[in-house]
Amino acid sequence: MLFAILSRLGRLVFVMFGISVVVFLIFFATPGSDPAARIAGRNASPETLAQVRQSFGLDQPLPVQYAVMMKRLFVTQDLTSFVNRGQKVVPAVIKAIPVTLSLVLGAAVLWVIGGLIVGVAAAATRGGWTDRSLMALSLVGVSMPVFWVGEVMNLLSQSRLHHTFLFSWVPPLGYKPLLTDPAGWFKALVIPWVTLAILYIGLYGRILRADLIETMQEDFVRTARAKGLPESRILLRHGVRSSLIAFVTMFGLDFGALIGGGALLTEVVFGLRGVGKLTYDALQTLDLPVILTTVLYASFFVVAANALVDALYAVVDPRVRRAG
Amino acid sequence: MTDRILDPLALPAAAPPQDPALGGAKEASSGPWATAWRRLRRDRGAMVALAVLCLVALACAAAPLYASAVSGTNPFATNLNGEVTIDGTAQPVLAPSTTGLGLGVTPIGPTWAFGPYMLGADNQGRDVAARMLYGGRNSLLIAGAATLLTLVFAVAIGLLCGFFGGIVDGVLNRVLDVLWAFPIYLLAISLSIVLIAEGLTIGPIDIRAGSLWLPIAIIGVVYVPYVARPIRGQTLSLMRSEFIAAAIALGVPPWRIFVKDLLPNIMPRVIVLVPILLALNMITESSLSFLSIGVQPPDASWGTIIQDGQGLLYSRPIVALAPGLAVALTVLCLNILGDGVRDAFDPRAKVRIA
Repeated sequence: MLFAILSRLGRLVFVMFGISVVVFLIFFATPGSDPAARIAGRNASPETLAQVRQSFGLDQPLPVQYAVMMKRLFVTQDLTSFVNRGQKVVPAVIKAIPVTLSLVLGAAVLWVIGGLIVGVAAAATRGGWTDRSLMALSLVGVSMPVFWVGEVMNLLSQSRLHHTFLFSWVPPLGYKPLLTDPAGWFKALVIPWVTLAILYIGLYGRILRADLIETMQEDFVRTARAKGLPESRILLRHGVRSSLIAFVTMFGLDFGALIGGGALLTEVVFGLRGVGKLTYDALQTLDLPVILTTVLYASFFVVAANALVDALYAVVDPRVRRAG
Repeated sequence: MTDRILDPLALPAAAPPQDPALGGAKEASSGPWATAWRRLRRDRGAMVALAVLCLVALACAAAPLYASAVSGTNPFATNLNGEVTIDGTAQPVLAPSTTGLGLGVTPIGPTWAFGPYMLGADNQGRDVAARMLYGGRNSLLIAGAATLLTLVFAVAIGLLCGFFGGIVDGVLNRVLDVLWAFPIYLLAISLSIVLIAEGLTIGPIDIRAGSLWLPIAIIGVVYVPYVARPIRGQTLSLMRSEFIAAAIALGVPPWRIFVKDLLPNIMPRVIVLVPILLALNMITESSLSFLSIGVQPPDASWGTIIQDGQGLLYSRPIVALAPGLAVALTVLCLNILGDGVRDAFDPRAKVRIA
């Protein structure tokens, strides 16, 4: 058990190191152009370029540059943007985290509940009318680009149907802090939550249904039926429980991926100033230090989330614990 | 052990290469491929989806024809002061805006007639319908080429890992590990921001900035680990089977084992992945283009047109709605086809990427 944990941790550290090296190489060692010019942004003056070269140690060998970069990112956290002069990057990212968290957490609640309902209802009415229409809807849900769904939502709730009772409560785009304005926070986020959750409700519903149908053919389900348990109880207590492992795994990975940049498109469409929007704005101004920071921080978060799922896994499934 | 469970694409251990239980006794004589094709052809939903996809591709291929014969304008040139005759009256393509603050312009709306500006104009006075067709060409092209790229790399890496094992497997697998943990959009963003402005030159490969090859390469690369991992797993389990052991014992050269024994056996899994990857790449392409790091102006793709339409969302929503609908329809058809292909070729495959 201890060995398993240690080897897991070792792998975690390796993957984080690997990611930081990949990011570093992409930004500093891609052939074809001068990294100083990239970092300094568009139309930088020669003085700025010299300043960038000096502060990132660009005249030194690559391993030294790597060390300087990592130190500035994680130890001293004094990386500054050259597009928005003097803006400290790391604090800006940290300030944006609550917005992203609010968005993804709310959507996650929606999609877990929605996915469970869709999956169970479809499996229970397998082959029937409900099943078929739910699966058709899910397929449509997973086929639409999320940013486009967001635009359609905006069009309806902000413009075309804003005067009707349906959407008159929708505030203008933007984020309200939870602590100072809880009601505003909720109202501002409902539509983004739904938008982000649609894809995952479809995805999880489809996968859960397939999983449940497979499980319902297993021997232990036959035993439960023979025992005379009602079908609904078998489905909910036996079926769903055994599908839960796949569900939890997927959830962990998706949740991590969304926090780590996957929610970017939703944030952009709804003007929520989270980490994704920060990255997007930096992308438009070619503000490399900001992108470097968000990419690295977000990747590390994803890796940490995956590791957490691993741990959760061992808690849920005793077989994993034994296998080590 | 944990590794296998954690990978959502992981295979349930060694699946026997050709399962006799899947084809009926009657079909078994004609071989697994013919059986699968027959099963796919019988799937009415998948066939309808395929037909719609062919129509979309044909329409997009006819883009130059549409632009010259129907819309009669250059969909890549701005047309700020142009006029167009509708119902006998001349109207400016871009009229001063009357809504909101009265700033900017409102392009001409959709005429819904088979002619110039069927879907209206964008904020530079370009014909949206013509741009949609040209954009669809790029979107389909990028999705297709990126899929091909992913499959070639992933199959090569998966086979190498599984066949040679040992240090080759160790190194490649660690690299896949790292890329796999990397959030797709962040990897794509990092690659794009560095490459999009200046292009890429590595040895004989010279990709200019603004070239379609950039998004193709970027999208092609980011999904490699998701495909390579299951193929590696399947190759590993095949390597344990007796017919491979026999081939090795007989001294069959590795390349022959690759081509004759391994490749045919992983092919069903690869085929199942094709429509799914295409669908995923369509979405990824439109997302990257929407973020302005995919297809570069004046070229169009469905993603860039959605972005053009974002500023006109409340005044001329069709500019953003139409290309989004096109993406959704195409991806929906690909997903339906994907379900059909899975049922026909490898019904027990659990495929889900991203």
